[in-house]
Amino acid sequence: MEQKTKIIAEDNKQELLITREFDLPLELLFKAYEEPEIVEQWMGTKVLKLENKKHGSYQFETTDHKGNKVGFGGVIHEFSINQKITRTFEIENAPFGAQLEFLEFEKLTEDTSRLVMHVVYKSVAIRDQILKLPFAQGLNMAHNRIQEIQGNNSTSNQNN
Amino acid sequence: MRLRRDVFQAIADPSRRAILLLVASQAMTAGAIAANFDTARPTVSKHLQILTACELLKQKQNGREIYYHINAKKMKEVADFIESFRQLWDERFNKLETIMKKYKPQ
Repeated sequence: MEQKTKIIAEDNKQELLITREFDLPLELLFKAYEEPEIVEQWMGTKVLKLENKKHGSYQFETTDHKGNKVGFGGVIHEFSINQKITRTFEIENAPFGAQLEFLEFEKLTEDTSRLVMHVVYKSVAIRDQILKLPFAQGLNMAHNRIQEIQGNNSTSNQNN
Repeated sequence: MRLRRDVFQAIADPSRRAILLLVASQAMTAGAIAANFDTARPTVSKHLQILTACELLKQKQNGREIYYHINAKKMKEVADFIESFRQLWDERFNKLETIMKKYKPQ
């Protein structure tokens, strides 16, 4: 089956492309990026600020499972309705620095659309690090889960 | 050597992904691999050359024949972390799609 979301990340480059085709008209896809309440729903984050205009800025905040707050945001360079958003993105208190994002929204048919996200990082090393994050987090979660299970076992052993 | 860099290009090509998938099930000779595709034999050879050069496939001599094996270690290295990253975005976008399908303009 053809994958709807594709990642193109060539080796030794400090950029990557994320493409996705949606079963949504272009206007609805764009709205998901425009309306703070909708962004909150699909990003699973709180939107503290979202100024959809040139020289505007945005600020999001998520809370992890331990209750730690993580802030992220950036500035908006270009905001063309139903066409494109150019913005920076940065996770606060993370060692990655800012990244530059070019989001292009395209109409495919009346009911389908495509998003192309071109992301440029400060360096090749940082791009690779960010690319590996979800994998590393997945490993961590698996590791924590194993520890939890082992922890539970040793508790129950003590109870025996 | 620009082999390292070509790994992602190597797996970005649908024919080469199909070859990897085929060889993943069992080691095969170039002829047996080519027999599975409509493409000309030299094209398949070129794909095999690229996949071998970036170590996704390994060659093993068996008598007079050369068999192509999948290099599981290399495949894991390349596929896993990109795939996790892709899945993260895929889930996020699926959510966006589901929400917007139900969206009613006020």
